Amino acid sequence: MNSDFVFSSDFWNWWIIGLTLANIFGCWWLISWSSKKRPGEAAVGDVTGHKWDENLEEYNNPLPRWWLWLFYITLVFALGYLTLYPGLGKVRGVLGWTQQNQYQEEMAAAEKTYGPLFARYAATPIPQLINDPSAVKVGQRLFVNYCASCHGSDAGGGPGFPNLSDQDWLYGGDPATIQASILDGRNGAMPAWQAVLNDKGVDEVANYVLQLGGRDADATKAEAGKQLFATYCAACHGADGKGNQALGAPNLTDDIWLYGGSPGVIRQTIANGRNGRMPAHRDFLGEDKAHLLAAYIYSLSNK
Amino acid sequence: MSHEVVEKNIGLMALLVLLVISVGGLVEIVPLFFLKSTTEPVEGLKPYTALQLEGRDVYIREGCYLCHSQMIRPFRAETERYGHYSVAGEFVYDHPFQWGSKRTGPDLARVGGRYSDDWHRVHLNNPRDVVPESNMPAFPWLSENLIDASVTPKKLKAMRTLGVPYTDEDIAGASAAVEGKTELDALIAYLQNLGTAISSRR
Repeated sequence: MNSDFVFSSDFWNWWIIGLTLANIFGCWWLISWSSKKRPGEAAVGDVTGHKWDENLEEYNNPLPRWWLWLFYITLVFALGYLTLYPGLGKVRGVLGWTQQNQYQEEMAAAEKTYGPLFARYAATPIPQLINDPSAVKVGQRLFVNYCASCHGSDAGGGPGFPNLSDQDWLYGGDPATIQASILDGRNGAMPAWQAVLNDKGVDEVANYVLQLGGRDADATKAEAGKQLFATYCAACHGADGKGNQALGAPNLTDDIWLYGGSPGVIRQTIANGRNGRMPAHRDFLGEDKAHLLAAYIYSLSNK
Repeated sequence: MSHEVVEKNIGLMALLVLLVISVGGLVEIVPLFFLKSTTEPVEGLKPYTALQLEGRDVYIREGCYLCHSQMIRPFRAETERYGHYSVAGEFVYDHPFQWGSKRTGPDLARVGGRYSDDWHRVHLNNPRDVVPESNMPAFPWLSENLIDASVTPKKLKAMRTLGVPYTDEDIAGASAAVEGKTELDALIAYLQNLGTAISSRR
């Protein structure tokens, strides 16, 4: 940023320069003045003439030379520093150092070290990449850093956050789809059905869904729910309830539940809908890292 | 030695001490009030909405700043994890700023958009429901407490006194904007906005 040294008025530039230099030379003067011998005082090595507690006396000795010199050295150091580095108002210093430059240099050095490595990984197709243990390990570390807060450090997921280590996929488990999910995110769009179905309808559909998942269900209600399912749910979840990965509509027949498979939770899901959101990571992680992350995730279910 | 003059006149000594130490503040602090990069907002920075401002007050009340900083330093180790380093112009509407000084938890300067609202809901209610390794305290009462909408306009007015450019319409609509919202809603609105003025990674 070039606006670092832009003041509302140039006065402040001179204010900083003036005060800083006045302070340094003022300190210089103060030290040299206060260590000067004054007329009429006792000679060096003699006592000053004060006496405390009967026999405590004070020699009139100057500050040790090395100590005095330390003061001067700090002042010389300050002047040297201000010559080399920014500090005197808008003066940038002869080294041209800035925090931003130092950061850019650090990033460039890292790019030099890791850039070719990432480029090599990025050029390797994911199905091949998972046979490279070091690539998978890098992917795992990236995963723990960026993804584990939601998907868990073992990628096992949690209620509302998909398990990435099994064979069940909402949007698809091929490498390209995994990478697309990471880069551009996903927005779940299960609408709320309470207003359409009412309590009775929600309960019936819930029983049908339980039955689809192979769980205990009330057969009469499930039968009624089947009709409602065909009308309202099949468009996304399919007539057979096996879902649609193009829409991210989950398979309801595999007894794997993103939000929970208890009757209560299923009723809640139908009544209120679900809008799970996976944030996009394109700007934040970039394609190379997403490629490695996708490789790691792909490796979990394709060992 | 002449230092005796100073040591025997405590008034003079106090004056000299004051002169020397005030230079630090006069040179390092005062000019910052007149520096464009610290006083002008970065491009795209908006004042907090009424709900976000209320969420910010919840953030302060619960002491989030004691464990979470909001200051990404310009080091690779930080920008790789959190995103673009923080710049002063991002904080001009923060009174007081929430930079913090300790990271028991991660930095939050760019947490906006990193997680879904649902995640924040679960996580603030009980962090271990989503992050089993977490040692962050749970804040289950946030979803039960409603925001007191009657004081929200006053908060915006106070911020306007401090230089935040709220319009009269903002203040007039503040109560309605937070009416019926829980503290959890407000806090999540605040968190989801953090650091979003600068979206690039570097």
